[in-house]
Amino acid sequence: MLTNLFDGLAYGMLLFVMACGLSVTLGLMNLINLAHGAFAMAGGYVTAVLVNRLGVPFFAALPLAFVASALIGLVLERTLYVHVYRKSHLEQVLFSIGLVFMAMSGVSYLVGSEQQFIKLPAFLANRYEVLGVSIGAYRLLIIGVCGVLALVLQLAVARTRFGAQLRAAVDDPVVARGLGIHVDLVFAATFAVGSGLAGLGGALGAEILGLDPTFPVKYMVYFLIVVAVGGSAGMTGPLVAAVLLGVADVAGKYYAPQFGAFIIYALMIVILLWRPQGLFAKAGGR
Amino acid sequence: MKNLLAAASLLAALIGPAVSPAAAEDAFKIGLILPMTGPSQSTGKQINAAVKLFMQQNGDEVAGRKVEIILRDDAGVADTTRRVAQELVVKDHVSVLAGFGLTPLALATAPIATQAKVPMVVMAAATSVITEKSPFIVRTAQVMPQVASTMGTWTAGQGIKKVVTIVTDYGPGIDAETWFVKNFQAAGGEIQSSLRVPLANPDFAPFLQRVRDAQPDAVFVFTPSGQGAAFIKQFIERGLDKSGIRLIALGDVTDDDQLNAMGDATLGVVTAGPYSAAHPGAVNAKFVAAFKAANSDLRPNFMAVFGYDGMQAIYDAIKKTNGKGDGSALIEAMKGAAWESPRGPMQIDAKTRDIIQDVYLRKVEKKDGELYNIEFGSVPKVRDPAKPE
Repeated sequence: MLTNLFDGLAYGMLLFVMACGLSVTLGLMNLINLAHGAFAMAGGYVTAVLVNRLGVPFFAALPLAFVASALIGLVLERTLYVHVYRKSHLEQVLFSIGLVFMAMSGVSYLVGSEQQFIKLPAFLANRYEVLGVSIGAYRLLIIGVCGVLALVLQLAVARTRFGAQLRAAVDDPVVARGLGIHVDLVFAATFAVGSGLAGLGGALGAEILGLDPTFPVKYMVYFLIVVAVGGSAGMTGPLVAAVLLGVADVAGKYYAPQFGAFIIYALMIVILLWRPQGLFAKAGGR
Repeated sequence: MKNLLAAASLLAALIGPAVSPAAAEDAFKIGLILPMTGPSQSTGKQINAAVKLFMQQNGDEVAGRKVEIILRDDAGVADTTRRVAQELVVKDHVSVLAGFGLTPLALATAPIATQAKVPMVVMAAATSVITEKSPFIVRTAQVMPQVASTMGTWTAGQGIKKVVTIVTDYGPGIDAETWFVKNFQAAGGEIQSSLRVPLANPDFAPFLQRVRDAQPDAVFVFTPSGQGAAFIKQFIERGLDKSGIRLIALGDVTDDDQLNAMGDATLGVVTAGPYSAAHPGAVNAKFVAAFKAANSDLRPNFMAVFGYDGMQAIYDAIKKTNGKGDGSALIEAMKGAAWESPRGPMQIDAKTRDIIQDVYLRKVEKKDGELYNIEFGSVPKVRDPAKPE
């Protein structure tokens, strides 16, 4: 029982780190970026190539995965995304889904379409028994890293000057510009950090979720559910939603395997019927 | 004038198809449809490499006819397979369709084979029902119930009493579950629970936790190749190997193409399968060496052998019909055909057009620093138990 809770928590945390960037771009910046999963995939592949082919230690590869995905995010934001901010949602969807397919083909071409396995340090395969709960070292690592990230993000958005500028830029870009905030710069930085986090999530998740070129499509639905259920107020919503989904998914597959994959969709429908704006929606939010 | 032109082109269009079969006499065309891109790319790559190797070894002329391969990619999407098959039949006038990486792809094409009376050689898809969907289908791959039932009987003979089964929830997975359970129970075994994992499954954790809590003697697994590694890793990570639960599986899980990348976690896993790259014998040794030499050291897996044998079936049928046979004659020639394959003796069942082959029991071991499925037992001439004799 508690082991399931633990596994679900790890899974949820992973979803959160991958989806929180999307929650900012979609929930706050109002940009429908279906290619978000492609950045997560990029992080995973960067790690796989670094660790398996170049012999970089796993823990050194994780920050590099973040940096690489953030850079890719920044470049694409400045060159491509900047043109679709003001376009209709349909155009944003078409644009970003096109990016996904290009990313998938690109990875197939460069690395091949088979599953990638990242060689992990041996101690991460350990397992501890604590008060009858069986805890895997790797999942513990995920919860630790993602928990710290969640806390930092929450503080950054709520307490820092940059966070205030971001919220202002999102609420009313025109007035924010008038106040001397570099809205474009803020958006670009936010987009890059979101992409970087997705990349880190992809690197951490490769072991559990698998990594192949269909990754962005396979998990797009999960990311969107996290954002839809979480709502668009701050980081708390997506975090709660991701953990809820993770636990529900694991518990559902454990207790009712015949409904396995269906549980989270049912949960999403129920929550959205109850709160169409998501769990934590701000008043007057879009 | 315009009308005259239109009439002329219409006439040409009408005559066109009538003329081209005669033109097709010179070359015997084989339409090879494989997933060369997409998630099943490795299947396509292996089969295509094997087909090329076969033609390189056996020449491209049989019974006075030049054999020509037309390779098409369906990316593993059934709609595409069907469309491509139709084009190959109508426009290219192929004499044989071959390939078919997944069950839905083969099923989607079956009506075309029936209508056009073109033989369809299934080189990968493994669900039992496929060969019953058209009298023009012949299979040189494996049939899921064939391997799963063999595993069921063997497991019961090992003193294993209680088993939990975990299969991927799609055609071959359900075939595997059904026939493993059937034979295991018939031999006195007890199935504690049968779990089905969604095809697009992110995480095996909850299913493995159930296994851990049920404490069976063994867990039987079938996943499409590619997912097997994640399963085995999590099996170890969850400490199931240490709690005395044996892991038994079908050959797809420890696919030769991926085995080395899966790592030492796979050591000791017992599987039942039709082919291992480590299969002893001169025919296989020659095949593996030639395959590696032609494909920058890529190790052939079961798919490669299925494709290689598919070509053997087609070549033999052309010879038997002196290069003049139509679709029906070719199918008749393939029925009952038998030959020595890299995997051992094999035969096409004259009645069901499905494959009869030896099924091997293997264990993952290290040989010359590489991981291999090492055979330690075999059951000769296993036919598809799902079809009446």
